[in-house]
Amino acid sequence: MARIDLNNMDSIYFDVLSEIGNIGAGNATTALATLLNTKVDMRVPKVALMEFSEIGQEMGGEETIMAGIYQVIEGDIKGSIMFLLEENTAKLLVSKLMGMEEPTEGEFTEMEVSALKEIGNIITGSYLSSLSTLTNLFINASVPAISVDMCEAILSVPAIEFGELGDKMLLIKTEFTDDVKLEGYFVLVPDLDSYDKILSSIGM
Amino acid sequence: MSQMIKVGMADLKICKAPDAVTTLGLGSCVGVAIRDPQTKIGGLAHVMLPDSTLIQNNSNIPKFADTGTKELVRLLVEAGANKSRLVAKIAGGAQMFQFQNSNDLTSVGERNVQSVKKVLGELKIPILAQDTGLNYGRTVEFFPETGDYVIKSVGKPQKTI
Repeated sequence: MARIDLNNMDSIYFDVLSEIGNIGAGNATTALATLLNTKVDMRVPKVALMEFSEIGQEMGGEETIMAGIYQVIEGDIKGSIMFLLEENTAKLLVSKLMGMEEPTEGEFTEMEVSALKEIGNIITGSYLSSLSTLTNLFINASVPAISVDMCEAILSVPAIEFGELGDKMLLIKTEFTDDVKLEGYFVLVPDLDSYDKILSSIGM
Repeated sequence: MSQMIKVGMADLKICKAPDAVTTLGLGSCVGVAIRDPQTKIGGLAHVMLPDSTLIQNNSNIPKFADTGTKELVRLLVEAGANKSRLVAKIAGGAQMFQFQNSNDLTSVGERNVQSVKKVLGELKIPILAQDTGLNYGRTVEFFPETGDYVIKSVGKPQKTI
């Protein structure tokens, strides 16, 4: 029997999940700095358990165009993880990674989509590896899939997964600062048993 | 002045012409639009999951295709619509992410669409038009005055079904 009810999560559990979010996002920042070969700072991530209807607003409006990189998690923990970037931020990261002077305009080319998948893979990978180290659980992520669309539409995918458990979704908002401000969001969707495993593994 | 009433994720609203209802960024969710052409009372449900009976925690009525569609009809009839005149249009149910070696038999978007169709069939409400599936998000606006269901997507021309 799962101990966690997402609609009535008490503050200690929430703190633990937030802290995992913090550590994971910290590692992801280091990975990003290595990838881009620049110094990247990170603000303390904002972790929130949000109503489905609030999430689009939190990301600057339901119709904000974002790139979502989605991976299925397997191993001791099952579920999914998504990393979301605003379209312009994604363009900027891709241009830096590919050594271009300026970000391109318009739709993402095939090459840019591959680069973006790789960025997502590295960032979520470092996030998951910190979670794995902390909990001593084996965590494996699938090959990433990507979608560039309205954020509400992209978020419907993890929202539906959360929807099978409750009416709220765990959102981790991370702000990276390079020469410019980069905002990224993690949405982590472990299934209920995995929540228990995460908490048990750290002695809760 | 006519109003555009917003419907969130796992939410439903009804209105009377000239007012209209909208929901932003439908992904795998389905937007079920139903109206009575004579009284011009209509509504929109933004459902997320196909079947409430498969989920333990199922008290959120608008979240599910089965309970959400039935509740929308109940509210329309309560507001003065005639059940026998009701007609529906549906949109959404996209598969937002394509995995190369996906062994998912059917995407949740497709299952949502199937479930909505089944419930509408049971309620004997005809589906006049649909724009479902594929791999992109849709913002929809439904006008009970005319029955127009306007669909907007990123990088695609606006269409009306």
